[in-house]
Amino acid sequence: MPKSDALQGSLDLLVLKILSRRPQLHGYGIMAAIREASGDVLRAEEGSLYPALHRMEEAGWLRAKWITKDTGRRARIYELTAAGRKQLAAEESRWEAVIAAVTRVLRTA
Amino acid sequence: MSLWSRLANVFRSDGLRREIDEELASHIEEAVGQGRDPVEVRRAFGSPLRLREASMDIRHFGWLDSLRADAVFGWRQIRKTKVMSATAILSLALALGACTAAFRLIDGLFLRPLPVAHPEQLYALSREGYIQDGKPSVSEWWGNADFRRMRAAVKGTAELIGISGAERMDLTYRSDREMERAELQYVSGWMFQSFALRPALGRLLTEDDDLKPLAHPYVVLSYEYWTRRFGRDPKVIGRTLTIGRKYGIGSDLFQIIGVVADGFTGTEPGKTPDMFIPTMMSALLTRPEAGWLRTFVRMEPGVAQEPVRDRMTAVFRASKEGVIDTNDRLRQTLLMASAAAGVSGMQKDFGLPLTALGLLVTLVLLVACANVANLMLAQAAARAREMALRVSIGAGRGRLVQLVLVESAMLALLAAAGAALFAGWAAPFVVGRIHPADNPARLPLPGDWRVFGFGLALTLGVTVLFGLAPALRASAVRPSSALKGGDDPQSRHRLMHLLIAVQAAFCFVALFGAGLFVTTFDRLSHRSTGFSSERLVHLDALAEHAEPEAFWDRVTARLRRVPGVEAAALADWPLLGGGWGYHNISVNGSHPTDEQIAWFLNVSPGWVDTMNIPLLDGRDFRAKDISPVAGVGTGAAIVNIAFARKYLSGANPIGRWFEARSTGYWPDMRFQVVGLVRDATYRFLREPVLPVVYIPFHRTNDDGTLQARVEGTFVVRTTDPDPLALAPILSQEITRVLPGSRIRGIRTQNEIIESQTVRERLLAMLALFFAVVVLALAGIGLYGVLDYSVFQRQREIGIRMALGAQAGDLVRRVTQDVFSMVLLGATAGVGFSMASVRYIETLLYGVKPADAAVLGLPLIAIPVAAVIAALPALTRAVRTDPIHVLRAE
Repeated sequence: MPKSDALQGSLDLLVLKILSRRPQLHGYGIMAAIREASGDVLRAEEGSLYPALHRMEEAGWLRAKWITKDTGRRARIYELTAAGRKQLAAEESRWEAVIAAVTRVLRTA
Repeated sequence: MSLWSRLANVFRSDGLRREIDEELASHIEEAVGQGRDPVEVRRAFGSPLRLREASMDIRHFGWLDSLRADAVFGWRQIRKTKVMSATAILSLALALGACTAAFRLIDGLFLRPLPVAHPEQLYALSREGYIQDGKPSVSEWWGNADFRRMRAAVKGTAELIGISGAERMDLTYRSDREMERAELQYVSGWMFQSFALRPALGRLLTEDDDLKPLAHPYVVLSYEYWTRRFGRDPKVIGRTLTIGRKYGIGSDLFQIIGVVADGFTGTEPGKTPDMFIPTMMSALLTRPEAGWLRTFVRMEPGVAQEPVRDRMTAVFRASKEGVIDTNDRLRQTLLMASAAAGVSGMQKDFGLPLTALGLLVTLVLLVACANVANLMLAQAAARAREMALRVSIGAGRGRLVQLVLVESAMLALLAAAGAALFAGWAAPFVVGRIHPADNPARLPLPGDWRVFGFGLALTLGVTVLFGLAPALRASAVRPSSALKGGDDPQSRHRLMHLLIAVQAAFCFVALFGAGLFVTTFDRLSHRSTGFSSERLVHLDALAEHAEPEAFWDRVTARLRRVPGVEAAALADWPLLGGGWGYHNISVNGSHPTDEQIAWFLNVSPGWVDTMNIPLLDGRDFRAKDISPVAGVGTGAAIVNIAFARKYLSGANPIGRWFEARSTGYWPDMRFQVVGLVRDATYRFLREPVLPVVYIPFHRTNDDGTLQARVEGTFVVRTTDPDPLALAPILSQEITRVLPGSRIRGIRTQNEIIESQTVRERLLAMLALFFAVVVLALAGIGLYGVLDYSVFQRQREIGIRMALGAQAGDLVRRVTQDVFSMVLLGATAGVGFSMASVRYIETLLYGVKPADAAVLGLPLIAIPVAAVIAALPALTRAVRTDPIHVLRAE
């Protein structure tokens, strides 16, 4: 079972990707989406998710706003900004480059 | 964007914290709602506090937030201890303000570069070994002939610029006939170009405007004068004016050709010339022996100084024009000193006083710092438990230092605001008192980045100075012992006691200095002048044309008949009034040396009597006594005792003869002594009595006829105690007899004497003020320390009282250490004062450092202040109720 360590360096990418497909998710929603989409393999832990969300918000990639849920409670939902979209593209290509490089190493070594 | 939002978040951190908490709470709720086990969810989360702080750190600046929290806390502390904070802020504000004001003065006079192109290339040329008043000295004044020759000699390697001293002159604008005064300066025509100055209006002088004597009657106005006198009227160009008839300038009709751009206030700090005139228009051109131009040397870049100076020296020594004694020139050496900040007489007169003042205000600042440090140390000790608590819940040492330093910085900043106000008022206040009211010093004191930077640096320095010790002390707290109820209270007092000793030492120095200056002023203003200055008024009259002596005598006679006039006479100028003249004296045909000089004054019959100078032997002048012109005839003279003693061996001077000559240029004038009078002060109040010769007011021409005079000063002694009350009538009488005459100035003799003590009065006033401030501050500091120490030792005192200690014993125990520190400090102060007094010796008059009056002031004031400061704390100690104190434990 991969631990969150496996997510090192890719948490940003995952969050950005999830939010680009399904905007307006709150923190729990993002966590659940990552788990679901990865077939229960990848799991973002709360302890690292929220600092990451706040960091990306301060960096201007995400925009957050409060909504009132049906239960009457407030929730903080996130969506991508234009800068976030640009960042996602950059992260994706970087990720692909890394994967390709790792694959090359596995093949030739 | 991120920077801004993080910055903004600092100031809404409480809201931010709540927001994060709510978001995390909503997450848990969501998870539980999805059917997860609440305990498991919480465990997965870890410590919510850590998570929140991690997010907080991301979303704003942690250090800034802690700074903000400290500032809020510090403000609360400041408000909690209102009296202490107010004392600290006020004393710091006063001290910082005084220092900033002193800096503004020193900067304005000595440091600020002239507002011209490349001021660093400017040097002032002076000569050493020049004989003045019979003594070798340094002169910065040059004759036009020497100036022009030296300029030609160094052409290509350096440019010479001649600038006369700024002087107030009478002038009249042609359109409105009213006489007024303005400060005027003769300058080389090429000065403006060399300084790269631009006109605000019209054109500036050029080299072509300074070629032929009396051929260029042009005037350039200063921007400030243009604004003040003409309200920036552009039609001022082409207006004509008459200037300085006093010197009989050939062409006295001048034309305004331009206004120099704003910012140029001349090259003579302390004076701001109103108008600039070509040197070729000066009446002094006809007197080759006269030195009247300051010579500025602008070195071309990359040229060495030595060869340039050598070439000028060679030209100067070889010059023959207007020079009788060439040996005199061989004795002189040329000096070049940087003139980047300009050159002025005020720099010479006020260099030492301003330095003394600067040191004094530094003492004030240090005492204030020690004071605040002491108050804060006391507070830090009182807050030991709070600090201990902070340490035990995990505050780092740096964090505590920051906490206390932030509080110090807030005190300092509040003080700096007050200081800015104080300095803004104090610097012009002092400048306004540097000269007598009729001839004010004008020193531009812009409050620009230089002043601001100095103030800021000073404030920060001061914060560290008084804040660091309490901050380190607070951070060094050992929680285990502090929370237990305090460790040995004595151990924390050492630094406070040391500061008390330092304060006492500074206190002594300040009071001692104040004593010196006050005594100097007192001795000087009560110096015997040798004449009576009561009810004496001088009227400086200027006739339209030179008038024959009969007119002048008739005025004197008319004045004597005015009701309320006790006596009236006529002289060239009033004693001590700023005028002087001297000749070399030869008795029995001996060749006079440089030191054999006597000072002269032309006076009318009755002048000696009017001035109340006792006639000891012989007679007063008569109407037919006249002053001879050089080489023609003989004249009568009244001499003072100092003269008789120096030149006539003291005995029986009446009937003796002597010759006078003007530093070797002209043939001798022969005089016979007809009267002997008591010594009177002649030129400066500070000077020892000079050998003085009074000679008749009327002078002959070369052909033996009487010279017509254009000006003279009437002196009148009234019967009314206020001589100025009669002045309008007297002026009227004078102008009625002398055709077209004007009264240029009316001054009482007392005013004249007071104007000679302006500097001493200013110094005495400021020194006394600051000494009192230092004493008060030190007293407050002492009070604070004692009060705190009594508070700290409450338990000890209570126990002692319970065991039967007497009040006297308690008082001794509480004050012993502190008072011995005061004594120690004062002793150190005595030593320091005695060692440093010789540096200000030239500022003193008639006072010795060992004078009882000077030493007595601090020796009495410091113990008295110490006792007064100690009283409240001692009263509290003696009144301690042992039962109450011990029960409180």
